[in-house]
Amino acid sequence: MSYSQSTWKTWLHLIRHNKVGFLGFLGVLFFILLSFVGPYFIPLDTETKIDQIYQPPSSEHWLGTDSEGRDIFSQIVHGGRDVLMVAFLAGLMSTGIAVVLGSLSALAGGWVDQAIMGLADIVLTIPHFPLLAVLAGLVRLDNYVYLAVILAALAWPSLARAIRAQVLSLRERDFVEAARTLDLGTRHIILREILPNMVSYIVINLIFAMTSAIYAQVGLVFLGLVPFSGQNWGVMLSLAWTRGAIFYKNSFWYIMAPVLAIVLFQLSLVSFARLLEEIFDPRLRAVG
Amino acid sequence: MSAVSLSSSTTQTVPRIRTWLRNLARNYVVRRLAVALLKIYIVVTLTFFIIRLMPSNPIDAYIAELMDLYGYSYEDARDEAAALFGIDLEAPVWKQYIDYLIDLLHGDLGTSYRSKGTPVKALIAKYLPWTLFSVGTALLISFTLGMLLGMAMAYWRGSWFDHLLTTLASIISAIPNYLIAMMLLVFLGVQWKILPIAKMRGAYSPGMKPSLSWAFIKDVFYHAALPITTYILTTVGGWMLAMKSSTLSTLGEDYVTVAKARGLPERRIVTAYVGRNASLPLVTQLAISIGFVVGGSTLIEFIFVYQGIGQLLLSSINTRDYPVMQGVFLVITIAVILANFLAEFVYGWLDPRVRVR
Repeated sequence: MSYSQSTWKTWLHLIRHNKVGFLGFLGVLFFILLSFVGPYFIPLDTETKIDQIYQPPSSEHWLGTDSEGRDIFSQIVHGGRDVLMVAFLAGLMSTGIAVVLGSLSALAGGWVDQAIMGLADIVLTIPHFPLLAVLAGLVRLDNYVYLAVILAALAWPSLARAIRAQVLSLRERDFVEAARTLDLGTRHIILREILPNMVSYIVINLIFAMTSAIYAQVGLVFLGLVPFSGQNWGVMLSLAWTRGAIFYKNSFWYIMAPVLAIVLFQLSLVSFARLLEEIFDPRLRAVG
Repeated sequence: MSAVSLSSSTTQTVPRIRTWLRNLARNYVVRRLAVALLKIYIVVTLTFFIIRLMPSNPIDAYIAELMDLYGYSYEDARDEAAALFGIDLEAPVWKQYIDYLIDLLHGDLGTSYRSKGTPVKALIAKYLPWTLFSVGTALLISFTLGMLLGMAMAYWRGSWFDHLLTTLASIISAIPNYLIAMMLLVFLGVQWKILPIAKMRGAYSPGMKPSLSWAFIKDVFYHAALPITTYILTTVGGWMLAMKSSTLSTLGEDYVTVAKARGLPERRIVTAYVGRNASLPLVTQLAISIGFVVGGSTLIEFIFVYQGIGQLLLSSINTRDYPVMQGVFLVITIAVILANFLAEFVYGWLDPRVRVR
């Protein structure tokens, strides 16, 4: 899979053409920088200042102050890391499980296939959010990796089914037949012939898996089902909600800041995924 | 000749039963039913054990609540809790499991630990109708609207109308539904003061008696308005986009070209030829989504303080009310499985090509 000069040109053309997608890419980049580099430059404001409760946005406090007079912007900067990490880890794990189980199911066939697809079927039958709400009780206070594992454990089945179908169809193609005739071995066939043809599909699904991981984790934290403490957009949302921040005009930014951060990050991810779809799949490109 | 046929007709009864049984086992509906029952059993078992794996238990949750809210000392709270519950959580888990299964087979979902003496069935009967009502109404409106708009988008593809709606649909379906709910509250309720959000809470106004009167129906819709709006806003985009692509592919079919060539009126082509066929895949989707929206209503009901099954689940999780949690899971799972079942048969009924004999 090497891309020639002309491929790069097409990519550049597509990026220029799909401005929304490019904006999405920039948005994703922005949030990654904000959450991972930002904390080194912007200290977290933890000092209670009674005379500065619910200040409107100003040059000093970009997003105003919260119910204890602390700067909201600094909380947004420090609250992104966990959300992004959980989303990325959960997306990566669920996609990984889906790829492994999906291809195994397709290639092994027989009872292995039936067992894996049966398992997928059952996981799909249990409504995810209620089950997550119960499973979230098992998350330990200090570790977000547990949360990512639980999210991933429920998120793989539909992608695994799709991967299985793709592998089944790819397996019948001529180039796989050729590799088999040359006796290149199962490993070679899987890693060199079949997987590269699914990479684009897998990458795009990774992004969509991340968006649903964000949906679920912020929802769980907001309901107070995950005993997280510290800085996190979901915790901010939950605190703002329980402190009644929706009911006052002045506290508008306290509740809207985490809402906007999550919404903008989700939108960036989705439009970035659309851009990738266009880059990878020529059939989707707009004519002209 | 006649003797042979006589004897064969009597000895044939046994093979006939065997053939009947074999046909039964091969029968599509019967097999699907068996699989559905097996699924329900597995989900019931899984949730039974997962719920008991959760840290804390009903008694600890109650003790913590007494100490938090009423300032009880630990000893007092423990005595009070033990007196209230009178349940045997010490029994081995496998025995609890067997007892639960036996009760379940008799149609008994147990009684709530927390609301002493209230059967789980009564609780579900109280909360479930509101979820079904709000989710069902929203889904119907959203589906109809999405189909109409999606078809219009496909017919005028490339126009400003199409571009605008496509953009809106992709933006709004990327936003988590609970954040949309929250923004509705913040903007409509507090910032612009258009809606009295505090009054709109609950399933109906206090003091209102459930009846089939016009006043009650109006009240019910008034209280369900915000959840329904949220469900519609967050799902209509998906229906629109699905209908658009389905219509686009139907428009390319030969029978549509033929219908046009025959000079049929445009109206007839749109409804009977394009619309009917394009909506096929969506109808299956509709049936499937019924099950899932019932499960996904937890957050929306929490935000709008709407008394549905999601609220019940949440409060039972917080108090570790095992029987209620199990009952809710059972109901939601059955809803999902029934919905899948329905989808398959509706599709077979609508499209003779996939009908299974």
